[in-house]
Amino acid sequence: MEENITIPLHEVHVSLGGKMVPFGGFILPVRYSSDIEEHLTVRSAVGLFDVSHMGEFSLSGPGALSFIQQMTTNDAASLTIGKVQYSALTNEQGGIIDDLLVYRLGEEEYYLVVNASNIEKDKNWLLQHLPDSGVSFKDESSATCLFALQGPKAVDVLQTLTTYPVDQMPYYTNAKIELRGLKDILISTTGYTGAGGFEIYVPLERAEFVWRLLMEKGAAWGIKPCGLGARDTLRLEMGYCLYGNDMNDTINPIEAGLGWITKLNKNFIGSEPIRKAKTSGVSKKLVGFILEERGIPRSHYELYTVSGDKKIGEVTSGTQSPCLQQGIGMGYVAIDYAVPDTLLAVQIRGKMLRARVVALPFVKGTI
Amino acid sequence: MNFPSELKYSKDHEWVRVEGNVGVVGITDFAQKELGDIVFLDVTSVGTTFSKEEVFGTVEAVKTVSDLFMPVSGKVVEFNTALEGNPELVNSDPYGAGWIVKVELSSPSDIDTLLASDAYTQLIGA
Repeated sequence: MEENITIPLHEVHVSLGGKMVPFGGFILPVRYSSDIEEHLTVRSAVGLFDVSHMGEFSLSGPGALSFIQQMTTNDAASLTIGKVQYSALTNEQGGIIDDLLVYRLGEEEYYLVVNASNIEKDKNWLLQHLPDSGVSFKDESSATCLFALQGPKAVDVLQTLTTYPVDQMPYYTNAKIELRGLKDILISTTGYTGAGGFEIYVPLERAEFVWRLLMEKGAAWGIKPCGLGARDTLRLEMGYCLYGNDMNDTINPIEAGLGWITKLNKNFIGSEPIRKAKTSGVSKKLVGFILEERGIPRSHYELYTVSGDKKIGEVTSGTQSPCLQQGIGMGYVAIDYAVPDTLLAVQIRGKMLRARVVALPFVKGTI
Repeated sequence: MNFPSELKYSKDHEWVRVEGNVGVVGITDFAQKELGDIVFLDVTSVGTTFSKEEVFGTVEAVKTVSDLFMPVSGKVVEFNTALEGNPELVNSDPYGAGWIVKVELSSPSDIDTLLASDAYTQLIGA
């Protein structure tokens, strides 16, 4: 086992009361005060997450677009400069290598943001397929800190630090702005919370300055530093998949409910088996469910028919929703049960608790 | 963190306060802090007799779930029903309003096998 990596602002988080835990190969703050308080602060006001563990790759050159088209499921040709797209890398079998964001920064300039635990895997996969000329690849992960300023008041906080009209940026767009004298800071209207806000990419040397600035300016709106705990409950309320839990190398995007980012009118690595899966149908699918009895589903708990006599799948993510105050979860079930309003049973410590399949998201976001 | 000296502690992070032949049981300040926000106590064992260190219920936090272990042998005679509506009392007042069960001690000498406050503090490295 390799040693976990300490993020640049480790000491800042410790001094804020952050409880630091290993996650995806990094030591990260799981919470500062209370998961629920941090969660609700993001839903109602604004929270700041240090997600510097995420990976960032630059891809540029005349061949960048066709390379991205070959490697990812979504249609990068539809990206105009300043747009961001949610997409996935798939293997030859159509299994999901990672989910990622694709930014178009300039005419031939792209930026990929990948999951922390997959940085090396993704990098190797991309480099293995990189054409001999026309595309230059650069891993910027260790030189970049990423802060997620999330919540309905995030725009007010960020606006105090720049003259750029950040309130005019539509969802899933990016811009390079001047932030308190720092030039060319990449920001995007993205996030993993459904609460709106920004992701801010900061060069390592200025990261602590920017973090402190955001915390200081955010005080007027009740900003709180937020940890992985709240990040997980926020994303789960929105039904967003977490790589490693809700998807992996053996699950295709159709099964994972990611058909909407899988454009089969183009060819990419894995498109053929995914096309087949789409035509002939898949045998299991990711669903969201709400517990109708008191209990909390957790990953790897088993899912049964409501009568409890047949196992039909497994939970991949679960928690108690801080907004609904009910147990919510996602999991793969046999396709016949992947229909909203179907009743299931979740086995929790030997008891069968009734759950209902629901359409995602669990909670309406504020984007 | 606070570990009152009048209580006895188990290595599994439960505390006991002896009141006659009854032990009041809860989880320690350290345990509630490690777990984070507690949202549900699953204790359906009132009336059941357990040996020391047996599981008598579970505590569900937002992030994780953990078993509750009997610090002493005995019969669970009462569950703190205030926790049904307000499980967060275990976080805010772990030694007071956040008590979890009352146990009729079947072997009062079990108490002597538990840790005193300073030994428990040492155990968790606080």
